[in-house]
Amino acid sequence: MANYLKQGASVPDERGYYGDFGGRFVPETIIPALDELMAAYEEAVDDPAFVEELLHLQKTYTGRPTPVTFAKRLTEHLGGAKVYLKREDLAHTGAHKINNALGQALLAKRMGKQRVIAETGAGQHGVASATAAALLGLDCHVYMGEVDIARQQPNVFRMRLLGAEVIPVSSGSQTLKDAINEAMRDWVTNVRSTFYLLGSALGPHPYPKMVRDFQSVIGHEARQQIQEEAGQLPDVCIACVGGGSNAIGLFHAFRDDQDVDLIGVEAGGYGVDTDKHAARFGNLNISRPGILHGTRSYVMQTEDGQIMETHSISAGLDYPSIGPEHAYLRSLERAYYTSATDEETLEAFQMLSQLEGIIPALESSHAVAEVIKRAPTMPKDSVILVNLSGRGDKDLDTVIKALEG
Amino acid sequence: MTASTRTFGLEAIAEIFQQAKDENRAAFLPYFPIGYPDYDTSLDAIAAMAEVGVDGFEIGVPFSDPLADGPTVQAATQKSLENGTTVKTCLQAVHKLRERGITQPMLMMSYANPLVAYGSEQFVIDAKAAGADGLIVPDLPPEEAAYFADACAREGMALVFFLAPTSNDARIQLVAENARGFIYVVSLTGITGARDALPADLSQTIANIRRLTDTPLVLGFGISTPEHARMMNSLVDGFIVGSAMVRAAKEGVDAVGKLAAELRNSLG
Repeated sequence: MANYLKQGASVPDERGYYGDFGGRFVPETIIPALDELMAAYEEAVDDPAFVEELLHLQKTYTGRPTPVTFAKRLTEHLGGAKVYLKREDLAHTGAHKINNALGQALLAKRMGKQRVIAETGAGQHGVASATAAALLGLDCHVYMGEVDIARQQPNVFRMRLLGAEVIPVSSGSQTLKDAINEAMRDWVTNVRSTFYLLGSALGPHPYPKMVRDFQSVIGHEARQQIQEEAGQLPDVCIACVGGGSNAIGLFHAFRDDQDVDLIGVEAGGYGVDTDKHAARFGNLNISRPGILHGTRSYVMQTEDGQIMETHSISAGLDYPSIGPEHAYLRSLERAYYTSATDEETLEAFQMLSQLEGIIPALESSHAVAEVIKRAPTMPKDSVILVNLSGRGDKDLDTVIKALEG
Repeated sequence: MTASTRTFGLEAIAEIFQQAKDENRAAFLPYFPIGYPDYDTSLDAIAAMAEVGVDGFEIGVPFSDPLADGPTVQAATQKSLENGTTVKTCLQAVHKLRERGITQPMLMMSYANPLVAYGSEQFVIDAKAAGADGLIVPDLPPEEAAYFADACAREGMALVFFLAPTSNDARIQLVAENARGFIYVVSLTGITGARDALPADLSQTIANIRRLTDTPLVLGFGISTPEHARMMNSLVDGFIVGSAMVRAAKEGVDAVGKLAAELRNSLG
């Protein structure tokens, strides 16, 4: 496989900006660490030995390339566009998060940082980080909100089994946002010895770029595979967007294919007109450009600039801001963003399970929900490529409760 | 002296460092968040500290996600938000404190998002009108501060940037070139909160910075006792005490005044 880390892109600029979005809004204490990280990353991607080690692990450990599957029965059921699934659920640990965790853990090792910290929402990034740390012999500490710990128990056990310490976060809304706050506080305190293994395409520069680059393996593979399977480029690429790493990982390879529509699906919760959702682009009365966790992007906030608590049935999308490159792609109208409610998501979760024998993560089910809406409106010879970013085993408790409730 | 006749902004801040220098001591600038434990009590606590002769104030404007703050300030600012404190009521608080005759410089301290949501330029204008003298924003390094910097320069307000034990010469130079009023030196790698002991390499950290700039240096994070305060006289131009003041407020306004007096008197 070619070095997908160097696909080349016009953004970010050297200050970490994607148009008006991005930057580095962090305490001065960690600015030198970000400089150091940026230099180490740039050096690593130019080092054939680093790239070779990453590609070898992707192949022999993660199980890449993950396949693209034609969803035949779903396609027939919907009666429109042909639906193809990029199977990140088949990557080791069951989600795309391993692509980035492995890359950053290799970088941590290269930088001589023995201690890694991570935040996690659904637990998928925490599990991926714990896995990469076990593989490479690093000490791993994962911050996780108490609400998320309660709803993602299997992943908490997995992290502990893998030798990581799971640190419960009881501040604020006790979800992903608060886990990131605590991870940043840890990093500010232990910055000299610690590598912050951030899990999504957000945070201060260079994280949004670095995470995008590591995740861009998804689109890099899929662009080739879809042409082999469908005989053409997709008309539409669809992915769910929390922080936005699986979506940007898919979109990146298609950014110059102007005929390919890129669609991000946010968490619509109880509906974007309620106060219980996490659709940052879904209701611009309560979401506008702001600064959270070191980056300027759209942020769900009160009139007074206080960050709002969000809601989603999926812990991984339950976050009040969105990666800066998504805000940029939206401003260019290169990508479009919509949302799926909890209810639509549950329906998609069941439909994919029953028609394809694939139980998707609740996060990924948001993308499938958009497929269900969109495919019937498209011609039968058109092609949808949807990123099935993770598998749903972790969500069984949540789904059982929701369906019984 | 009323708010309209007192010296203001950068000039007022320069005066407190000059006065402290003339008295061979460091200036003492306590932090206190508006709205904790409630709005009126926070104003009384600040007035009590003014009464015992502190040199200036960091006026805390609460933010929901204060990632540079430790548990004490996190809990206090969370309580403040629950009490309904807003950026606007914090500016009104400064105005009320000026009306009460408090003349010491006051710097508004908050995170970037609430101030950007208010409107960065409008915030600087309104803060000045309320009687504040400057801004301290811990998640705003100089290269991201353009909007605030232009407005502060135009309005004669201070804009304080940070340095840390991790800062290299390039960062020290960048911050020194951009700082207006003073530089906030973080004593340790970490978040706010009282500590028993200050780091052993503190004088080295200060010396590294002092070598490259004459701008007043104000030390913060971890300082909580009269012993710490006494060390400041020979080390820096000023110091900030935050979490210890907030902790004292649990016992009431008198306890805040008493701690402020102890810290102030320990400077000689």
